[in-house]
Amino acid sequence: MSSSSPITQDTQPVIQCNSVYKIFGDNAKKMLQASKGNVDAKVFQDAGCIVGVNNASFEVPKGDLLVVMGLSGSGKSTLLRCASRLTDATAGQIFIDGEDLLAMSNKRLIELRRNKMGMVFQSFALLPHKTVLENIAFPLQVKGINTHESIKRAKDMVDLVGLDGRENYFPRELSGGQQQRVGIARSLAVEPDIWFLDEPFSALDPLIRKEMQDEFMRLQGVLNKTILFVTHDFDEALRLADRIAIMKDGIIEQLDTPANIVLNPATEYVRKFTEEVPREKVLRIESVMDPVDTSEVLSDLKVSKDAIIETVAEAVLGQEKPVAVIGADNQVVGAVHSSKVIHVLFGSRAGTENRN
Amino acid sequence: MCCLAAGLERKIGIDSRIMNQLTNHPKLIQFIGLLVIFSLLCFFIAPSETNVLWRFPSLLAGLPYLINDSVEYLMFDWWPIQVYDPEIEEFEEKPLILQVTRAISASILFLIGLIREIILGGFKTIVTFTSWDFVSENKWARWPALPWTVVAGGAILLGYKLQGKGLAMLAGFSTIYLAVFGQWEPSMQTLSFVLFAAPVSFILGLTLGIWAYKNRNVELTLNPFLNVMQIMPHFSYLVPVMVFFGIGDHAGAIATIIFATPPMVRLTVLGLKRVSPEVLEAGMMSGCSNFQLMYKVLIPTARRDLLIGVNQVIMQCLAMAVIASFIGAKGLGFNLLLSLNGLRIGEAIEQGICIVLIAVVLDRLSLAWANKKTDYFAELTFIKRHKYSLLFLVILVAGSVLAYVGTFIFREGYNYLYIVPHNKGITIKDTLQNGVDWIWDTFFFALKGFNVFLIQEILMPMKAAYLSMPVAATLVLTMGVGYIIGGIRSAAIVGGFILFIALTEWWDRALITMYLMSFAVIVASIIGVTVGTLCAQNAYTAKFILLVCDTFQTFPSFIYLIPVIMLFGVTDTSVCIAVIVYATVPATRYTVEGLRSVSPDLHDAGSMSGVNRLQRWIKIELPMSFPHMALGVNQTVVFALSMVIIGAMIGTDDLGQYILKALSDKNGTGNGLTLGLCVAFIGLAVDQVIRTWANERKKVLGLA
Repeated sequence: MSSSSPITQDTQPVIQCNSVYKIFGDNAKKMLQASKGNVDAKVFQDAGCIVGVNNASFEVPKGDLLVVMGLSGSGKSTLLRCASRLTDATAGQIFIDGEDLLAMSNKRLIELRRNKMGMVFQSFALLPHKTVLENIAFPLQVKGINTHESIKRAKDMVDLVGLDGRENYFPRELSGGQQQRVGIARSLAVEPDIWFLDEPFSALDPLIRKEMQDEFMRLQGVLNKTILFVTHDFDEALRLADRIAIMKDGIIEQLDTPANIVLNPATEYVRKFTEEVPREKVLRIESVMDPVDTSEVLSDLKVSKDAIIETVAEAVLGQEKPVAVIGADNQVVGAVHSSKVIHVLFGSRAGTENRN
Repeated sequence: MCCLAAGLERKIGIDSRIMNQLTNHPKLIQFIGLLVIFSLLCFFIAPSETNVLWRFPSLLAGLPYLINDSVEYLMFDWWPIQVYDPEIEEFEEKPLILQVTRAISASILFLIGLIREIILGGFKTIVTFTSWDFVSENKWARWPALPWTVVAGGAILLGYKLQGKGLAMLAGFSTIYLAVFGQWEPSMQTLSFVLFAAPVSFILGLTLGIWAYKNRNVELTLNPFLNVMQIMPHFSYLVPVMVFFGIGDHAGAIATIIFATPPMVRLTVLGLKRVSPEVLEAGMMSGCSNFQLMYKVLIPTARRDLLIGVNQVIMQCLAMAVIASFIGAKGLGFNLLLSLNGLRIGEAIEQGICIVLIAVVLDRLSLAWANKKTDYFAELTFIKRHKYSLLFLVILVAGSVLAYVGTFIFREGYNYLYIVPHNKGITIKDTLQNGVDWIWDTFFFALKGFNVFLIQEILMPMKAAYLSMPVAATLVLTMGVGYIIGGIRSAAIVGGFILFIALTEWWDRALITMYLMSFAVIVASIIGVTVGTLCAQNAYTAKFILLVCDTFQTFPSFIYLIPVIMLFGVTDTSVCIAVIVYATVPATRYTVEGLRSVSPDLHDAGSMSGVNRLQRWIKIELPMSFPHMALGVNQTVVFALSMVIIGAMIGTDDLGQYILKALSDKNGTGNGLTLGLCVAFIGLAVDQVIRTWANERKKVLGLA
């Protein structure tokens, strides 16, 4: 996964949402126009409208993984469905590779979905009458690829997600984790650029969930898709995300890198989530390193600036001297002192905040 | 003194407990009040012809005539068009509807004939494409029948391909039975009838269902029609169909289609609605076009419900086989009707078994067909890929050769290897008849005693009681029940239905139908709930009883008449018992389903609270499953009504008998339809009350 690189200006974001609103109800459009963009959920609710997404804007650059995190009813799934146009946004603009999604004809939309988009669902949404292989081949067959070719490609996908030997099983004969592997394989069968995942691991046991998250990271490491990932699990968001958008009542409360969200929660609501999060599991060495002081003698150990603190803490603390931190090009970019690592591991929250 | 005070205290204690009960259950007070009003009305309204409150004047007596006139106008006067008549070589003015129905009739007749001749051989299809002269000049221009060995082989092969040995054996046994017992020709006639009517009903039902699914307004419009159509007795369709389409196989097929389509529509809508929204979205995200979404995602996912629909369609088609024979459909049904009319029970049993076998085989084949799967991996050779088609070719050739050889073996008379002619096979009808006679002789007094007891001690008093109700009292009672359970809306709906019946000239007949129905429903519910409860105690017995219910539901309804006539002859008892047996099936099924669906957590919670079995049943299972059981009673009412009307075939004096009479009346359309509506309205009134209650209750229990 690429790190939290800032969005470069010259490349166009793959997904771009500007002030997207989704309001359910009979005269949602009229009410939205009257409110001039200042949507108060209470007022709308009294008028019989339910606010799903309220003025959401974000961009996902190529190869980036944006996680939308929120509790149930926060509008995160609705936002995802707006971005894939499974529901039509009430107002706002959505661009996919610069192309206006909401202005697309039905035909163009189908074409886009057949070639560029893949989606994984919380309840797997496999077709019960098709076998594993047929399910995976389905998007290909819908496109018009013949049985022989589509089944052959589906077989490759089966291998990719590690389900070989179960090609001819029906979904009902598989465990939840296996079913979701099929769901993942199906969403990847057309080799999409954009990958939507709607709480893909929420319906799974914690152990299987962890395993599937690892599997997902492995796949993303190989495939490097542009991803919009929805979850209600903050830990999952921290583990996977390049950036996280935290939603509440349809509003994006904060959109930032995991480290920044943990270190600088923008609102009280976000802070509640971050309170219990062990910092060493989120923060990278970069956030606790000091600039290079030439007078200091560094240890022989070198750690990457992108390393999560938890993974290198033991090694760093084992050194008597400060440890050198290296960048992507193996150049020393700073030094990390064990005192700071101890702060992160055992220090009070105030201490962590002070440093920034 | 002291004693008296204590007694008084106890009395007050009891009173206050009753008062508590009443204030806790306001509906109970309402019910008691309603019953008091009802009794008062019954007591004070004098039974005289002139008393309007005793019997309402038949204000709707003109309705049948109105219907007749409209139908006649529609058929013979409305929208005349110019039609070229080749015989007089001139254009003639003819009404549009008549032309349309004639055209439909002709094409249906052609299709049924085509299927029939593929199986049984013939020349009418060839005539359609050439001319009678051509056929009579060329003796060779005759489509040969498929030898029965080929059909049997094909059925076995199909059964094996779709499911395996078991189904193959069932199919083989059934087809061989049909052939050996000399019922081949009528069976194939019935089969060809079903092979036409079932697919048409399926496609029609599916199309309407999809339309209703996509368009809410269509669904709302269709709903009341479906309600009425599903509950209307089979017979009442026959008259209008006869008027529009005449008499014959095609008319039978149309009546069958009208009857078999509504459940298919229902189940299509239900099935499509039950598809999870995520599956729908998965289809959309896979880039399905609207068409692909419907045919590759929605319909296959809703397969379970659609299959139940197919199943229902096939069952309805076979159930109509006898009834359609009233308007000229040929086949087993017609023969069975003749046997029953002639009280040739042995023969009727043989024919009945044929119909049941066809029903069971078609039922199983259609279920198996939907569950088959393909293996993509086996690298198949041409022969393996087309194994079954090739095997069928082999069977075809072998069967034909066998039939040819048969011409040498059976030089005189019939070629048994080609087609076993009607009534020329083995028969055990005499044995069966002897058996029936033996039962009659042996148990005559017991049966007769039971018969007389039932009629004199239960049925007659009950019938008299129903007939002695003043119409005003009945109306108040039914509307009151509607009001207490479902408020003003239910009261108005129920009242409307009952008022319609009361204002026709058949109120007394309707009361008799209601009495037969309610007697049967009460008995069937008691049996069903008891049997269901006992069987639901254990997973195996539950599974077993559901299988039994499945099997019984596969039997076409009139089959139930055979054994009861056998035992009790042509009496009200026979009708009652047939109705009870038929109606017990849904009561049992819903009880088992309801009880088994109570969550195991609740069982555990009960066990940990220390309940015993009986307590668990009374305190946990029964309240939780009661709404579902109530829906079972609802089905029991529907089943009972339809059977009561079919019971008219063996003689009752209720609405059904009048519907049957309308069949032989030239102007029977109006009567038939109005009577049919009366029956349907009885069912719909009960349905309204029970369904409203069950839905409310389910909501309260958090089950809906």
